Amino acid sequence: MNFQVFQALFDGVLMGGVYALAALGLSLIFGVMKITNFAHGAMMTMGMYVVYSISTHFGVSPYIALPVSILALFIVGYLLQRFLITRISNAPAHNQLLLTLGVAYILENTILAIFTPNYKTLNVESLSTAIRIGKLTVNPAKLIAFLVALVVTALIYLLLYRTFIGKAIRATSQERDGARLMGIVVNRTGAIAFGIGALCTGIAGALLTPVLSIYPTIGETFQLKCFVIAVLGGMGNLWGALISGLIVGVVEMLTGYYLGGSWSDFVVYIVFVLVLFIKPTGLFERRNRRE
Amino acid sequence: MNKLMKNKSLILMIISIITLVLLIFVPFTVNRYIYSIIISLMITALLGQSWNLMSGYAGQFSFGHATFFGLGAYTSTYLYTTFDISPWLGMICGMLVAAFVGIIIGYLSFRYKLRGDFFALVTLAFAELFRVLFNNLPTFGGAMGILLKLPLEDNIWMYEFTKYESYYFVILILVILATVFIYFLSKNRFGLNLIAIKTNINAAGALGVNVLGNQLLAMAISASIAAAAGTFYAQYYGFIDPTVVFESDISVRAIVPCIIGGSGTAFGPLLGALVIVPLQEICNSLFEGVGGLNMILYGVLIVVFVLFCPEGITGLIRKVIAKRKGILK
Repeated sequence: MNFQVFQALFDGVLMGGVYALAALGLSLIFGVMKITNFAHGAMMTMGMYVVYSISTHFGVSPYIALPVSILALFIVGYLLQRFLITRISNAPAHNQLLLTLGVAYILENTILAIFTPNYKTLNVESLSTAIRIGKLTVNPAKLIAFLVALVVTALIYLLLYRTFIGKAIRATSQERDGARLMGIVVNRTGAIAFGIGALCTGIAGALLTPVLSIYPTIGETFQLKCFVIAVLGGMGNLWGALISGLIVGVVEMLTGYYLGGSWSDFVVYIVFVLVLFIKPTGLFERRNRRE
Repeated sequence: MNKLMKNKSLILMIISIITLVLLIFVPFTVNRYIYSIIISLMITALLGQSWNLMSGYAGQFSFGHATFFGLGAYTSTYLYTTFDISPWLGMICGMLVAAFVGIIIGYLSFRYKLRGDFFALVTLAFAELFRVLFNNLPTFGGAMGILLKLPLEDNIWMYEFTKYESYYFVILILVILATVFIYFLSKNRFGLNLIAIKTNINAAGALGVNVLGNQLLAMAISASIAAAAGTFYAQYYGFIDPTVVFESDISVRAIVPCIIGGSGTAFGPLLGALVIVPLQEICNSLFEGVGGLNMILYGVLIVVFVLFCPEGITGLIRKVIAKRKGILK
């Protein structure tokens, strides 16, 4: 295998890990509330700007700002579900979609009004100088992003599969009415799940801040990628999101390598459309059923 | 009862005539700035009307009307700039192209039974696909877009006008045509079929409504209207690029007037556009220099209407009237 292909593959896996984390949040929100969260990208942007402003204002490492971003987004997600979306939980699905869209506009443009549309870059020298592992060139910030994303993903799985609240969330996602009959407070559980879903974007956004130049509409591209990944993995299927996140990251980098970067989105969207038509339940449906 | 109906249609007619007269005299009273707002309002109304047919009446929630808008804009502009073909013909070609693409998207989606959020995602994905595609095709100017030459003299046949008034009348006629068309469609069998499909797709099918055929027809007509709006946009602003015409903002611009005015009614999108565009402009001029505030207003309006008034302004009016009647009884 050509070495550069290997390098592209490696970079793809690194980015895929971060995508997977953000998409995991989307998938979780859909799984529990059956809501396609159109504010997902805007939430991610918010996470980025929280980290950016703390990091520049206090001159600290972006990773120190990470917990603030996590907390902020958990609160935003929790409140959004608790006070807005529950009000129309019985309305047609597209109304909930519109509601999250409205929230996305508010978030995104509030950021625009505060920070102006200019690109902002967080310059952290120790993070931007590439290191070499063998022949591979590795951007340390990307490596850290990948590793943290993996750890957080593992923690979220632990939370969902090993704790009581996790059990309640899973129960709500599988059978809403049944969960309510078993004494689970569905509203609060939903809000917590939404909070966790939002928090995922907070972390993903924070981790990407040292890697990218940020601007107020940056979330839109990631949002669509999250949709792609979540649908590919099966909306609501958490393991699926992880695997397809890696797939999308790799596909993106490889098409970028072979066809040029501007075509990579095209290929990703083609895959998206095909999956929506042929298997809208995702690639890993059967496995999910056995669980 | 019959008398009441007659009264109602009479009132409607009088209102329409008054509005029409007002609209015709607008050009003689306002300045250029107000013009640009009114024209932008009309584009929004036309887009809204297009979305209204497919999503308001037929209940297929599209999040990708930018696809059709962009295809309309690109078809006519490409024919105009490279072959010097009249944009009027180009507009018709664009409408056909958009209808064709709409039918393909619709056929695939309905065949694979994509509904609700998944249909919205498919339409969104197609808009993005076209955006990336046109960004990468040098034939259509790539990411640089296409710049139309500035018209030096009026030429109705070539869609070239030097005055704002002319553009105003063109878009006015388009909006009126679309509205009248949709109004009459909604009153005849086709419209009733669409409403039946929206209310309960399986029951409609069981009662002998050709579900797929009606849905595809709605999609095709809706797509053509959006394409006509795209052509007008290109001729009026004189510049298009993939990020402008295929952007999800365009799709949202088609949705929002319907949500605010009331979707599934012939006049809802007009009312919605009449509310939202001036509000945005007021917001812009009140807070000059701070970007994004008008879009925050957009978001707030969406949230407020979805939460408290999902039927839109027309729904609200209807409710008030119904209540009054109830009290009178």
